[in-house]
Amino acid sequence: MYNLHGRRDNKYKARIKVLLSEMGLEPFRAAVEAEWEMTRNSAMKLTRSEIDRISAYFAPPTYATLPSHDKELEGASLGSNRAFAQWLKVNVRPHKVSGYKIAVISLKAKGLPPGDASDTQMDAIADLADKYSFGRMVVTHTQNIVFTDVPAMHLQDLHAALAKLDLATANFELVTDSICCPGLDFCALANARSIPLALELRERFDAFDYAQDIGQCSVKISGCINACGHHHVGNIGLLGIDKHGHEAYQIMLGGCESDQASLGKIIGPAIPPEEVVDAVEAILKRYVETRNGPDETFLQCFRRVGMEPFKEAAYARN
Amino acid sequence: MIFLVGLELWNQGNVGPRAGKIGLVLRSGDDVAKAERLAAAPLIAVEFPKFTDGRGYSMARLLRGRLNYKGELRAVGNVLRDNLLFMQRCGFDAFVLQPGKNVEGSLTAFDELPERYQADAAETQPLFRRVAR
Repeated sequence: MYNLHGRRDNKYKARIKVLLSEMGLEPFRAAVEAEWEMTRNSAMKLTRSEIDRISAYFAPPTYATLPSHDKELEGASLGSNRAFAQWLKVNVRPHKVSGYKIAVISLKAKGLPPGDASDTQMDAIADLADKYSFGRMVVTHTQNIVFTDVPAMHLQDLHAALAKLDLATANFELVTDSICCPGLDFCALANARSIPLALELRERFDAFDYAQDIGQCSVKISGCINACGHHHVGNIGLLGIDKHGHEAYQIMLGGCESDQASLGKIIGPAIPPEEVVDAVEAILKRYVETRNGPDETFLQCFRRVGMEPFKEAAYARN
Repeated sequence: MIFLVGLELWNQGNVGPRAGKIGLVLRSGDDVAKAERLAAAPLIAVEFPKFTDGRGYSMARLLRGRLNYKGELRAVGNVLRDNLLFMQRCGFDAFVLQPGKNVEGSLTAFDELPERYQADAAETQPLFRRVAR
């Protein structure tokens, strides 16, 4: 449908969203359904045997039968190795197989461009995956790396190894775990830089307890309307624009990419680069003041109280 | 000698007496589904204004598929050697290369993919239905 009717002649209009906008939702939907009806029961339909054949290539690893290790991890979370305790709390997730955990390697270390890894780090991560996670790792859209199957009893050793490589930042899904596009520094399409903004945010919320207290908050940064940073679905979305030849940023709040998806709403006029992080901090301070206890996330709070308190906080900084 | 006319003129049907035959040339943006009397066309040319504008591929699939066109389907315009195999898979059986290009050398393009997983205009059965593994 898109290949036949899209604006393939113009590289700025060659997008499905442009075709959708031009055709309208219902005609677009009807045309796609009509096209689908013509092919859905053709020879292209997969056979059970082919599905089974390909599935065999994705068999789970041969897990060992391991004790849960929960008591030891509980002890560690209260123990003297605070760095490990923090990492355990924030970067480790439960696993459906007893004795295993999911470990997130954050590539959002302080002072480094978010999502970057050096060649040394990449080689080391590969070795660690071989040693601790069946030789498998996943690069996520959040610009981090996940080890999907780590025996819980090896978590501390893994953490120690990561710490030596500056890969043990405990900030998965916190405000400093922002998704950030390459921006004006690297991308020909960008209107504004995004990496310096991410670094400044990282610096401002560096203290672990501060970021931990704010809790789960997705920040997504795009340097132009192509939205590679998915800013529309960030709890806090930042869009770099060109305002009369100068960089400026639109802030939007309340976006969400999970089951109850929502698009962020713009809070107001664009803000100059030197004021953006102040505005974000003001918004998050207002959240902490307004929330129904620490278990209410930023998104939940926003959905409960609406835009006004945050808009007011963002612009009333003087 | 076949004269080619655009879609609007073709649909009007009265292009006047010609010594040879009349064929159809489709351009990007033409609505192929609106073409009439396709079976009467000895030749349909599909124009690729730039290789980045790939609408012609889908036009060809439509012409060979649902519209059941049996005549010569010729790719013209910015037709590059790298495109030839994929154009053939979409149903083109004739290709006009850019001036100065080596026709003989370009023939090797059609052998670049000896085994094809997906069905296409020429082969309606995907690999998994042709070969048991």
